[in-house]
Amino acid sequence: MSTLSAPMRRWPNQQPLLFLVVAGAAWLGLYQLLMPAAEALVATLPLERASHLGGALQFFFYDTPKVLLLLTGIVFAMGMVNSYFTPERTRALLAGRSEGAANVMAASLGIVTPFCSCSAVPLFIGFVQAGVPLGVTFSFLISAPMVNEVALTLLFAMFGWKIALLYLGLGLSVAIVAGWVIGRLNMEAYLEDWVREMPHAAAVAGEDRLSLGERLDAGFASVREIVGRVWPYILAGIAIGAGIHGYVPADFMAAFMGKDVWWAVPLAVVIGVPMYTNAAGVIPVVQALLAKGAALGAVLAFMMSVIALSFPEMVILRKVLKLRLIATFVGVVATGILIVGYVFNAVL
Amino acid sequence: MKVIKVLGSGCANCRNTIALIEQVAQAKGVAVTLQKVEDVRDITGYGVMSTPGVVIDGKVVHAGGVPSRAKIEQLLGTA
Repeated sequence: MSTLSAPMRRWPNQQPLLFLVVAGAAWLGLYQLLMPAAEALVATLPLERASHLGGALQFFFYDTPKVLLLLTGIVFAMGMVNSYFTPERTRALLAGRSEGAANVMAASLGIVTPFCSCSAVPLFIGFVQAGVPLGVTFSFLISAPMVNEVALTLLFAMFGWKIALLYLGLGLSVAIVAGWVIGRLNMEAYLEDWVREMPHAAAVAGEDRLSLGERLDAGFASVREIVGRVWPYILAGIAIGAGIHGYVPADFMAAFMGKDVWWAVPLAVVIGVPMYTNAAGVIPVVQALLAKGAALGAVLAFMMSVIALSFPEMVILRKVLKLRLIATFVGVVATGILIVGYVFNAVL
Repeated sequence: MKVIKVLGSGCANCRNTIALIEQVAQAKGVAVTLQKVEDVRDITGYGVMSTPGVVIDGKVVHAGGVPSRAKIEQLLGTA
């Protein structure tokens, strides 16, 4: 893990605004330079641009720096935004609200509240204990991992803003509707007994007096943590994607992940659930599949089920939920993802 | 002797937190007893929702991420 040297850390903290302006300008400049630099780099290689290897290498050399640069910038900005939305404040915002509008709020807050799947259980209990309705809690728990800045950044970098926005909208919809449905099913009895017997806790939002300098620190910290953890997956994903780009014939995927294959969407979900990786690794592969004729609906369904439903998370949740509630959760979310997949295939 | 508990279900960040507190305590020459609290019930009993959390002498002093070195120094110095 890389850490910034001490004098560099001190300067941003003293003049945080100046640092933000300078860093923003430097970032934009770098981003503008990227495309010509990647072209020039590939041009110096003793390869035909049109050859298999040439195509694969160009994909790799252009996309890797682009994705990493975008990701660093956005993760930094989100780290600062996250410092305004602690789980405690989110809980205070949601506690005592009735379902419906609260599901929408919970799903939206899921995007900006910092969340790590290792905290899923204490967070779940904290919400329920403070009187956040079960369905609203689920809206949050579905949206938080699925609609996150890493997934959105990668989608933007590899597919453009339209697909990124579409994913944002549909991810939120799945979280809102699935949470609402779970709320309607009155599953409170399927919480583990010790969770139901816990004393009610008041939701108190902690004092928030962070300076801009401290928020900068939060940004640096999340870059170190998230980009530091995720970059090997991105490299691996882009390398596999580059291989697919260079070597797999066009329309190869159309035969079994294309629009006309009705079972492509359910199959994508079934394959996706037991797979456990993060958005970072899966998106570059997905982009390459799409280029080879896979339908967008099946591909998005695959992505969502990989990210939103994972086996390790179920095991963690089993500590607080009875099996029947976990099964309901998986069933409702998977159904939502299926619908998203079919809608996409039909519309595009 | 300060009793410091680190709350968290054994994820990487919790281990990093423990290592960092050990380092700082050693550097400052403060005697501490470090304990891991991994059971979900105990963690939520402290009212902590995002791990890792740090409890010093029974009081929650930090939650929701690896604390910075500066923060640990301050906690060990004054608390």
